[in-house]
Amino acid sequence: MISPADIASIPFDDWINAFVRGWLVPNFRPFFRAAQVPVTLVLNNLNAFLLFVPMIITTAVFALAAWRWAGRGIAIFTLIGFAFIDMIGLWPETMTTLAMILTSVLFCAVIGLPLGILAARSDMFWRITRPVLDIMQTIPSFVYLVPIVMLFGVGMAPGIIATIIFAIPPMVRLTNLGIRNVRGDLTEAARAFGSTEWQMLWDLQIPLALRTIMAGLNQTLMLALSMVVIAALIGAGGLGLIVNTGLGRLDVGGATAGGVGIVILAIVLDRITQGLGEGSTVRTVSLRQVLTRTLRGKGAAPVAETSAKP
Amino acid sequence: MTTKISVTGLYKIFGDRPDAALDLLNRGEAKEAILEATGATVAVQDASFDVEEGEIFVVMGLSGSGKSTLVRLLNGLIPPTSGNILIEGQDVAQAKGEVLREIRRNTITMVFQHFALFPHWSVADNVAYGLKVKGMPVADRRERAMAVLDQVGLAPWADSLPGDLSGGMQQRVGLARGLASDPQVLLMDEPFGALDPLIRREMQDELIELQKTLKKTIVFITHDLNEALLLGDKIAIMKDGRFVQVGTAQDIVSNPADDYVQAFVADIDRGRVFTARDVSTDPVTAQLHTDSAEVALHRMETAQLDALYVLDGDTVSGVVTHRDVSAALRRDGPGDTALEASLITDFTAVDQGTYLHELYGPAGNGLPIAVTDAGNRLLGVVETQDVLAQLNSDTAEKPGADASAPAVPPGIPESQSQTPEAAR
Repeated sequence: MISPADIASIPFDDWINAFVRGWLVPNFRPFFRAAQVPVTLVLNNLNAFLLFVPMIITTAVFALAAWRWAGRGIAIFTLIGFAFIDMIGLWPETMTTLAMILTSVLFCAVIGLPLGILAARSDMFWRITRPVLDIMQTIPSFVYLVPIVMLFGVGMAPGIIATIIFAIPPMVRLTNLGIRNVRGDLTEAARAFGSTEWQMLWDLQIPLALRTIMAGLNQTLMLALSMVVIAALIGAGGLGLIVNTGLGRLDVGGATAGGVGIVILAIVLDRITQGLGEGSTVRTVSLRQVLTRTLRGKGAAPVAETSAKP
Repeated sequence: MTTKISVTGLYKIFGDRPDAALDLLNRGEAKEAILEATGATVAVQDASFDVEEGEIFVVMGLSGSGKSTLVRLLNGLIPPTSGNILIEGQDVAQAKGEVLREIRRNTITMVFQHFALFPHWSVADNVAYGLKVKGMPVADRRERAMAVLDQVGLAPWADSLPGDLSGGMQQRVGLARGLASDPQVLLMDEPFGALDPLIRREMQDELIELQKTLKKTIVFITHDLNEALLLGDKIAIMKDGRFVQVGTAQDIVSNPADDYVQAFVADIDRGRVFTARDVSTDPVTAQLHTDSAEVALHRMETAQLDALYVLDGDTVSGVVTHRDVSAALRRDGPGDTALEASLITDFTAVDQGTYLHELYGPAGNGLPIAVTDAGNRLLGVVETQDVLAQLNSDTAEKPGADASAPAVPPGIPESQSQTPEAAR
């Protein structure tokens, strides 16, 4: 049988090698090294801070946040879960993982939100962005680990950059979706009253898209968590390293302990951010009510009252 | 009165090749042919009109007639293909960017069909939106918002969310938002179209009341001819992006420009369009103290009237009927008392602006109705049969009809019995 390979063969892998090794790495390595400076800065400070704060206080803060936005059940789960992590001796690794995730999510938000807004405002930009996001979501993460190591080296920051690439698409997608879904007559009304594009964005589009944007943030967070183990392959520490070490030594106990830590962290973060997102449209008002009441000296509005409002 | 809005030769063509479409249009091609040839949709073609200060200009048309596009051209939400739009001397058609935004902040505001209130802001914040955009300080705009909310009767709801209000109340918030920045021109895009009929009626009356004090220049879009006739000082009927007829309510009902307008006019409530002035005739009168009963009787016979009004100097004293006067003459013989003896002082007097539907009752007792001014001077007389003739859109010529009374073209009820729905 004849096949296209008999006529010509394409040395695709050689081309990529030539492009990355021969051109990208020699020419842009200093640039990529410099690009990881802000990531390293945020990560190291956050990591140092989380390791410095006593376990009891961190747990209390998370439990309170869970109680405020996700209900009593999750608050209790947070208390028990974090205590369990501490008792199996993985607290410092969990905090490192948390620092990595928060750093990734922060950068995803800082980069993804403006991209999403841009994509919502320009059909042209969205047509270009969309396939790029598709590639970022579908390409196996191991594929881009190699060039990342070549460009950034190994360590925490390259791990986080890999995580950002993996986790940013939902942020862009859902910001775009949220803003595009703001009712057309509302944006028309804003325009009819002479608002500038910025005024419209701040007064109308972002507040009304906030729910969707928060859903995107939640997705980004979950994807970042799922990258923890893979990022550990290129030198990122934390719980991912525990899992990898366990895998290497066929230490089923160690690997499971690391895995359970990740799962507990995932559940807590997921429920808190989900609660935040669901309440966000009501809260823009109730938060103001809370503030005015506090300023008038009447104390904060009870949570149950504001959340029960339709 | 000064002209607030002056629109000349306004065109809007949607599509990639508006110029090609405009060429075809100027060569007299139909809308459908242009769509086929160029893929462009002609939304508004050759609209020209003036709106005077304090006037309500109603644009009436069915969906797809281009009326919503027209109103959005006026504040530049949609840029026109060609034509001029002068508002307060500023050309909106040429304005762009900051100039256009300044016009929208200070000169023209808009009220929307589906209210378009910001769901995450309180009623007061919504009303103050235009002021916020202008950069007015928080306290000032709150004060202004409260004043306007008071005007539309919603002050107690200032801190509610729009979602907690009924449709009618929400549209009052929309109206208040439009009025808050004290614009020269208010655009209303089917503002009552999304309300149920009772509330709509209420809002129409309220707008009329408000307009008495506000005296805003309003461009009002509607698909409801009754609403147009009720509110409009001037009405434009729009079809396929073109003005079919522009005129007052009476013009449109009495002289429909073509079959399309006639079809609409066929089933409207004429009693709410025409006033006593439109059907009144020059009075035939007698003087109470100087004319004798014989003179009065003679005048009724020459004018073929059953009754006539009796004046005392300038003012109306009463009405006498042919039957009563002739009976009195037969009974008492010729004399000066006959006229006074048969005088009916219990007559109906209305002013010129009274709508015909309010004359149904008085017309029922058979006596002609006096049209008087504030000083009880007789301006005209409405004969009972003329009220009914006008209501039935009867074509009978009224004897002695004054020149301003509309001549109703014949044959409307028979040939145009189809409703606008059927014509669609």
